[in-house]
Amino acid sequence: MIQFDRFVLSNGLKVIVHEDKSTPMAVVNVMYDVGSRDEDPDKTGFAHLFEHLMFGGSINIPQYDDPLQVAGGENNAYTTSDLTNYYCQLPAENIETAFWLESDRMLSLAFSEKSLEVQRKVVCEEFKEHYINKPYGDVWHKVRELAYTTHPYRWMTIGKELKHVEDATLDDVKAFFFKHYTPSNATLVVAGNTSLVQVKTLAEKWFGDIPAGVRYVRNLPAEPRQTAARKLEAHADVPLDALYKNWHIYPRTDKRYYTADLITEVLSGGGSSRLFQQLVKEKQLFSNIECYHSGSTDAGLLTIEGKLVKGVRMETAEAAIMEELQLLQRDGISNRELEKVKNKVESMLAFEDMSVMNRASSLANYELLGDAGLINKELDYYQAVTADEILAESRIIFDDNNCSTLYYYSKS
Amino acid sequence: MLNRTIAPPIKDAVHFDLKLRPYDTFTLDNGVTVYAINAGMEDVLQLEMVFYAGNCYEPAGLVAAATNSLMRNGTTAKTAFEINECFEYYGAHCNRSCYNETAVLTLHTLSKHLPHLLPVLQEMITDANYPETELDIYKQNSSQRLLVNLRKCDFVGNRLIDAYLYGELHPYGRYSRTEHIEALTTAQLRAYHKQYYANGHCIIFVSGKLPADIGEQLNRSFGHLPLQPPRINQQQDTPVPAATKKYRISNDPDGVQGAIRMGRPFPNRHHPDFGKAMVLNNIFGGFFGSRLMSNIREDKGYTYGIYSYLQNHIQNTAWIISAEAGKDVCEAAVEEIWKEMRLLQEELVDEEELLLVQNYMMGTILGDLDGPFQIMSRWKNIILSGVDERYFYNSINTIKTITAEEIQEMAQRYLNPADFYDLVVI
Repeated sequence: MIQFDRFVLSNGLKVIVHEDKSTPMAVVNVMYDVGSRDEDPDKTGFAHLFEHLMFGGSINIPQYDDPLQVAGGENNAYTTSDLTNYYCQLPAENIETAFWLESDRMLSLAFSEKSLEVQRKVVCEEFKEHYINKPYGDVWHKVRELAYTTHPYRWMTIGKELKHVEDATLDDVKAFFFKHYTPSNATLVVAGNTSLVQVKTLAEKWFGDIPAGVRYVRNLPAEPRQTAARKLEAHADVPLDALYKNWHIYPRTDKRYYTADLITEVLSGGGSSRLFQQLVKEKQLFSNIECYHSGSTDAGLLTIEGKLVKGVRMETAEAAIMEELQLLQRDGISNRELEKVKNKVESMLAFEDMSVMNRASSLANYELLGDAGLINKELDYYQAVTADEILAESRIIFDDNNCSTLYYYSKS
Repeated sequence: MLNRTIAPPIKDAVHFDLKLRPYDTFTLDNGVTVYAINAGMEDVLQLEMVFYAGNCYEPAGLVAAATNSLMRNGTTAKTAFEINECFEYYGAHCNRSCYNETAVLTLHTLSKHLPHLLPVLQEMITDANYPETELDIYKQNSSQRLLVNLRKCDFVGNRLIDAYLYGELHPYGRYSRTEHIEALTTAQLRAYHKQYYANGHCIIFVSGKLPADIGEQLNRSFGHLPLQPPRINQQQDTPVPAATKKYRISNDPDGVQGAIRMGRPFPNRHHPDFGKAMVLNNIFGGFFGSRLMSNIREDKGYTYGIYSYLQNHIQNTAWIISAEAGKDVCEAAVEEIWKEMRLLQEELVDEEELLLVQNYMMGTILGDLDGPFQIMSRWKNIILSGVDERYFYNSINTIKTITAEEIQEMAQRYLNPADFYDLVVI
């Protein structure tokens, strides 16, 4: 059971406090309700580029990192399709430094031309490092465009193309800031060696006078139901053929999400899972195979991806996956298998909750989904999933008409 | 009215009194030492069994790594599937990792399931049998993985810089080749397992929320095995560094980035300069606020990230600089790295920057000591390196008291561009 308190400032900033007196540290986590799904289709990659600019100085403080490091702190940030999260950890004695820094960049940035110019280049190098200069690096660009016709999950958080990042202007930066980086669009979580009284005082002092701004109302185009199988072939200079099959699943807050999550565990949660045992060990068609899902807020994808053993034909490999799925759709899973995947979830959640930093970002994440209290309900939701639900959902999800398949062939 | 231009007062972390929480220790019936940290709020536990079975003992390339990896793939009584099922049913993870001196079996589990899992670990140690089909699959899949990795400039760069620094015959400079994979035999692995695991030298580290009977549990499973405490006299391998310092390698004709790797030999953590060199390393390239990062990423935008570090080796080690940079700016980035070295040699670090780094290092250590696994990880490093807690307190003291003059002296001793290997792989 993770204890926390919650209050809201008059400008709309949601604040969550999680005390843990066993640590000498404090964590200050600010999550903004904006991700790459909120971007203009012609200016993709912007939410993430913007995250970089949040370190380029704010209205009253020329540099973010130095004062934090002087206070013995460290920090980082990440952007996903759904959200942008900034977190820092520092000795609890110096907690006010984090309030000072985070509140100033919520108030306003310095909007420096130099910072924009440098970070455009840095992000382009990040793009190259992860998505161009790596074998199979472009897979997710292709998969997303195939699986989504309409919803902004069509593009990756890093951006559709380098050019979008290269073309970003300071006006874009300003508009984005004032649209999304308002108190009412943010959740502040303070965790570790602190108290509700201390956080109330500091939050009021540093964040209280930030103008509320206009609350951003998200209105994204919904992805229409897929009604026919989609297939795409790619040929690239990679050593091995690879196969990616993707099915639409459910939004994060839908109860069926938990069922889908457990299905991925049944199929590939370790060395005794179905796909690994059958296709890597027994039939030796794949050198590795994985099943996972995107975990996104809006309806995401459940993916099975594998690299084929050299000499195996794509059709044979795909048929073997389908055979495993049909077995699941026909016979479902045993009680022991259900117990096993639930044990795994229980263990995973316990390990995740070990670090204060994880607890802080989980609380922010759940608050963004509607209720920080979900952090204490998740395990029950998983425990409630039945073998019958897994059977029923496997029949609904693994429908050919719901599937987008990328056949990634080696040119050599 | 709040004046936001003024920073709130802070307590300088450099004044913190950092304590490394002591471990409990006990000995199993066979003399194997167990180090334990009982802490934490979650009902979780990490068990690490460290064997002196790393690649410096292997008779042929990859034997140590394959023996370690396939330990989970069958015993006389259980198939690989059955072993995996034992762990996974309880939501536990059994990982294997192989290093230069040591090779480790790690178990992560909810503490309550430990009694079900220790007997399986015991069986792997006494009775792993390395079936032919398991090795065949391992060989096939490792070769394929290697093919993919060899397309990556960072992977190739990491291998080559080690080979230049230590020589390909040294355990630290050796790298995996397809021929090594193909030459592996089950007889080799069985013999290696027998010598280095079943009858091997072992230390146990356990941390987390420990059951009250942890000692009995471990003794019941491992106390009667023919395991021994670690050997004291490690063999020393002499590095044979390459004669040429500068390399430009073309690995991928379509590459858009190059992997920059630079490195020079450095003694090891027993050397009196080690602690001071760690502080200099932080200033130079050890964290986000370092000189290299500020210049090459935050000012020039040549890279997504650049770091320098001292390799965590036991015998001899090396000081490495590592970055991936745009193909067209690699040479410019290399020039800037040389410039930053010379600057540290020629000019004293100012007080403000020094205090920032001191505070940052102290704050980070304080944060790193948070939680049972993290505390144990510090201890494990100390114990396996053959030093003791004085090493920890001396390093803290060095961070607190080091002067700008000492940092300059370190730079003059260790950051000479001429001493560095200089490699770019595109």
